Amino acid sequence: MTVTEAPRIVTSRLAYDDSHTLERYLATGGYEALRKALTMTPEGVQAEVETAGILGRGGAGFPAGIKWKTTMALPRPHYLVINGDESEPATFKDHMLLERDPHQVIEGALITAYATQCDQIFLYVRGEFALGQERMQAALNEAYAHGAVGRDIFGSGFSVDAVVHPGAGAYICGEETALLESLEGKRGFPRIKVPPKIIPATVGVYSEPTVVNNVETMSNLPWIVNNGGAAFAAMGAENSKGTRMFAVSGHVKKPGIHEVEMVKTTFRDLIYAPVYGGGIQGGLELKAFIPGGASSPWFGPQHLDLPLGQDEVAQSQGVLPGGGGSMLGSGSIVVMNESACPVRAAWRLARFFARESCGQCTPCREGTGWLDRIMFRIESGSGRMEDLDLLLDVSDNIAPGLAFPYPMTTICFLGPSSPMPICSALQMFRDDFLVHIKDGACPYG
Amino acid sequence: MSRLAAEFLTRARDTIAVYPGKRSALIPLLHLAQEQDGYLTGDAMEHIAELLDLTPAEVMGTASFYDMLFTEKVGRWLVSVCTNIACLLNGGYELLDHAEKKLGVRPGVTSHDGRFTLEEVECIARCDEAPCLAVNWRYFGRVSNDGFDQLLVDLESGRLDEQVPPHGTLNRIRRQVGLAAGAPPATVPPGPAEGTPPGYPDAPKPT
Repeated sequence: MTVTEAPRIVTSRLAYDDSHTLERYLATGGYEALRKALTMTPEGVQAEVETAGILGRGGAGFPAGIKWKTTMALPRPHYLVINGDESEPATFKDHMLLERDPHQVIEGALITAYATQCDQIFLYVRGEFALGQERMQAALNEAYAHGAVGRDIFGSGFSVDAVVHPGAGAYICGEETALLESLEGKRGFPRIKVPPKIIPATVGVYSEPTVVNNVETMSNLPWIVNNGGAAFAAMGAENSKGTRMFAVSGHVKKPGIHEVEMVKTTFRDLIYAPVYGGGIQGGLELKAFIPGGASSPWFGPQHLDLPLGQDEVAQSQGVLPGGGGSMLGSGSIVVMNESACPVRAAWRLARFFARESCGQCTPCREGTGWLDRIMFRIESGSGRMEDLDLLLDVSDNIAPGLAFPYPMTTICFLGPSSPMPICSALQMFRDDFLVHIKDGACPYG
Repeated sequence: MSRLAAEFLTRARDTIAVYPGKRSALIPLLHLAQEQDGYLTGDAMEHIAELLDLTPAEVMGTASFYDMLFTEKVGRWLVSVCTNIACLLNGGYELLDHAEKKLGVRPGVTSHDGRFTLEEVECIARCDEAPCLAVNWRYFGRVSNDGFDQLLVDLESGRLDEQVPPHGTLNRIRRQVGLAAGAPPATVPPGPAEGTPPGYPDAPKPT
């Protein structure tokens, strides 16, 4: 088991009971990074973040510094939107950061707002996170009183306002363009993107250039400014720098959030090391695990020694019929032991996508419903042999080729990611599907 | 049926003032209306439409998209049991079954006495304490069947009133300042060519 010596960057305060208060934040070096950033030029702060090479922590893994440049090159006003609409199944890292270290998120956002010369910050917090919203609002009030937000921040001449904005319950609003629609008071319908010209960095909220960054990405910035981008880039390897939060859940002995150094740590470490997951529940063997949220193709025991790096996971030999690896996605790892029914697990995720599809694009709106109903039929014992081919056929219409990464058939990623759990389960556990159909019942009870 | 009362109207106006575009205040205002009435009444939605220069249909259109906004009456306590993957693996459906029996209602239904509404929800991000549930969006983790029964007793006896406010009350912390840095510059640049999204970098400039 490898447990590296890397410092805790974003989770350093979580051991304190009062980690959410300004008092604790200031006592542990809070808002020093913002003061330091304000003495630098915006370009200087940007360069530091680019040196750090931090990839966005929301799921897509896009380098955070790049979209800043696109926005900077355009006329003002610029807006900054912090995506705290964490809804990917089994992902709970942003939830913890919003509740337990709100000042760190706000300081990161202020640094970003300065680096990209934004005129207003929107802190979009998932509607269900009632405590998260209260903590963020309380922290923002404290930050205003401290002079860290508002007019002439710390006497630097830089001014920016921030607003805590609640969501209202919709997975799709975690998609950045749907989030912008939601922020404009509309239904959360993702917008068509035409890179490189029409993306939120050029045409965002109110059609103005908008930087959209994830909560965890923001939480890394105070450390990067304090310690320098090079210190961050010295951790991890190649394309995946620094540390990252992973949420481990399901059949592990110690479910929870762990911040580990990227690439140097493997899935095996995260699931089995006593300081992390602590091994599999019930003394059973590992059956399969989901490496990066509901949208990612599943992995089996043969993938345990893969390093936790974006490229390493993407280029691995995965299980999908069309080939390709998987993704670290939102950083949530769901572990299933031998007692888990893979058909039931895949069905539940299929139903999740069917419920959360926004309904704009036909392959997703119709396809996710079909997959849900066919999977439910199999799981509840009414499946037919031809359902197995039908599942693949419907899946192939949503994500042609059944490979990873998938081609896009819809406006956003929700559609083509929805067949991933089913295709993985079918490929890895075909026998389980056959037993369900032949016995007319779920063998797991 | 009620429009926003004076206190809520003041808060609504304060909320509208912090957004560059009025319509952005729509979801926060809908939460506000739910805080007042427990759900969204037709009158409240019409009032919000007036405040934001929208039609009631536009307000309804947005409200109907989101899971947390209710256009029909719900109980005093909205019990939301998670059954998504992490909870499924740790007994989420068993907990939901127990909750159905205990409350005597199926998910999506309010109990006869109008006190409890049961709901099956997607992942609410407390997977380290699966199976989990939320009551009026206040979270409870590692809920056993006995724990669920005790939770109902605690709710009804008022012991959890501080922690669990009535349904609709989301954020009890008020923003203390308006826009201290001043409003951002005009948000929509004047007169882009018709049919071109404003702000599109290659948009022809008006002559």
